[in-house]
Amino acid sequence: MELNGSQMVIEALRRENVSVVFGYPGGAIMNVYDEVYKQDYFQHILTRHEQAAIHAADGYARSSGKVGVAFVTSGPGFTNAVTGLATAYMDSIPMVVISGQVPITMIGTDAFQEIDAVGISRPCVKHNYLVKDIKDLPRILKEAFYIASSGRPGPVHVDLPKDISAQIGTFEYPETIKMQTYKPNYKGNVRQIKKAVDAIAESKRPVLYIGGGAISSGASEVVREFAKITGIPAVETLMARGVMGHDNPLLLGMLGMHGCYSANMAMSEADLMISFGPRFDDRVTGKLSEFAKHAKIIHVDIDPSSIGKLVDVDYPIVGDLKNVVEGMIPLAIEKVDANKFKTWRDLLNRYNEIHPLKYDDSAEVLKPQWVIQRVGETLGENAFITTDVGQHQMWTAQFYPFSFPRQFVTSGGLGTMGFGLPAAMGVKKAMPEKVSINFTGDGSILMNIQELMTAVEANIPVINIILNNQYLGMVRQWQTFFYDKRYSSTDINMQPDFVKLVESFGGVGFRVKTKEEFDKALDEAIKSNRIAMIDVNIDRMENVLPMVPAGGTLYNMMLEYKE
Amino acid sequence: MENARRVLSVVVLNEDGVLSRISGLFAGRGYNIDTLTVAPVPSTNLSRLTIVTSGNSRVLEQIVKQLHKLIPTYKVIESNEFVEKEMALVKIPLSEDFSGLDMLLKAYNGTIASSGDDFIVAMVADDANRVENFLKAVKKYNPTDVVRGGSVAMDV
Repeated sequence: MELNGSQMVIEALRRENVSVVFGYPGGAIMNVYDEVYKQDYFQHILTRHEQAAIHAADGYARSSGKVGVAFVTSGPGFTNAVTGLATAYMDSIPMVVISGQVPITMIGTDAFQEIDAVGISRPCVKHNYLVKDIKDLPRILKEAFYIASSGRPGPVHVDLPKDISAQIGTFEYPETIKMQTYKPNYKGNVRQIKKAVDAIAESKRPVLYIGGGAISSGASEVVREFAKITGIPAVETLMARGVMGHDNPLLLGMLGMHGCYSANMAMSEADLMISFGPRFDDRVTGKLSEFAKHAKIIHVDIDPSSIGKLVDVDYPIVGDLKNVVEGMIPLAIEKVDANKFKTWRDLLNRYNEIHPLKYDDSAEVLKPQWVIQRVGETLGENAFITTDVGQHQMWTAQFYPFSFPRQFVTSGGLGTMGFGLPAAMGVKKAMPEKVSINFTGDGSILMNIQELMTAVEANIPVINIILNNQYLGMVRQWQTFFYDKRYSSTDINMQPDFVKLVESFGGVGFRVKTKEEFDKALDEAIKSNRIAMIDVNIDRMENVLPMVPAGGTLYNMMLEYKE
Repeated sequence: MENARRVLSVVVLNEDGVLSRISGLFAGRGYNIDTLTVAPVPSTNLSRLTIVTSGNSRVLEQIVKQLHKLIPTYKVIESNEFVEKEMALVKIPLSEDFSGLDMLLKAYNGTIASSGDDFIVAMVADDANRVENFLKAVKKYNPTDVVRGGSVAMDV
């Protein structure tokens, strides 16, 4: 089949079953947009900023598990996209981003809107390509989708010069692909798996340390089963919320800087840590030399470079988590006695009773934790929950009752403010039957506020709940704790009228100061089926607790803050 | 953890930008490159890089894993059984007294590679530490220029 470069892009997307693309046109990618206009295989959603296009594709990918796709133009179009690429890369999200580039003949001449895009994206993508010959384009597109979605997933960037997008070539799209140098290892080593199960059988205080890999591998079900069979208590990282399900009796909660007491104590007192796809982030481990000091470590990960990167591992297993856990289950049934860990479970449950996650509710002012719990009670598993970054993100991770994997969409590794609204739009496109909630802050929401226009135009109802404390709250909290209350550049009481703001875009807005008002606003927002903003005035000085100060040890948590 | 020197032989697809992926990896993660040589592997689509690096055992393990992780990487050889050679060119003015230079070159597998109106260029190819020693010894001839190549290595 003879096609031009732009038609090849469209055709490749069709074969990859892409149903929605987010993007923003410009000079260098106009040929592609001309073909977008002519086709009806997928919907193109015009965002109002390139960063948002990438976050929207990211939210689509996180909630559905499919590859997210976005188009941007060269130069500033591409540089705007970089934060989105880096966000997806840090959290291993499968995505293909196609950027326009100046014609091959002009590369290197500092042409209009020219930038060395592959040079910039190299450290923040899994792989990238500059297409130099139309003959390579079908293969590159196939490889891009394959690389993005296989092994440890990640974003792939294809930079497409304008002359290539117009050139005609033969389009032969390979059905399957075999790359000479890229062969992810899915099957775990059988002997290592056996050794790991033996170590579990011999352990007295084991703990399951579950990370984002459990979600990208689709391992939630087998991890739940493994926990049930062995009776081993589990902790989740931020990226793994929803894997065990909030009502699972074996789930202690989230661990780390703002993890719950029992989860962090479980890590500190365990004699065996069974790591299912986490990456030992510093926000999880605290001071590394004290992290799970008494524990032997089993680490299952599809990425060998993740194993042994920060801590020495006793039982490394390279492989797809789902595959490996499936291999462990029959051995565990045979060798592990769940009753053996009862005293250990009882101890951890007692920790949870002594120091549960808590907050002091108030009759005068709304507490952010109450708002999140309330949404949880009202919507529960009928909503996908997206966040921006800051205090509201941690409160959401702590207090929302997540019941299934992928329900929680948040920028964990990079911590990108402005992620929430566009990502929640991507979620809604992937999961139209569910309510898409974006918990955000009064700082974060302004970082991609222009996307209200996209949501109105493309009719994507997202409910933004601003937990508004008129502060850049997380930084303010650190200033309170560690900087003698010098509130340098964190007081943002100068604010737009968020209700009028969303109304001016064509959405619905609510200002809320009481519980009754909140219930009413949430109900109306859901019923409106339009883009909505609920501006919730919350306690200005509420802190995220408990807290392990940066570089501190997990067993020395700040449980409350006293003046 | 103590720092150690490590020779790595990395075979990669010989394609655009592959060198910048590798140098970018080292720069971005704060790893050292002591020497680096690159050349195509004859009659294949591959290139071989010989990288001499240093770091503690965790860093060295990460370097190998991160190199593996790059999509165009075919294999990373980290054998301890390398034949490793380096070379150096040394320009010496003809005005110098060359007594003993012949013996010195012989001792280090060296030769005279070229000469001009007022200089000669001596060349040595030997183990890295021996090249180091040669360059110390040759100082007494007051060389005006020294060019050192990186290591090339073959696992045996």
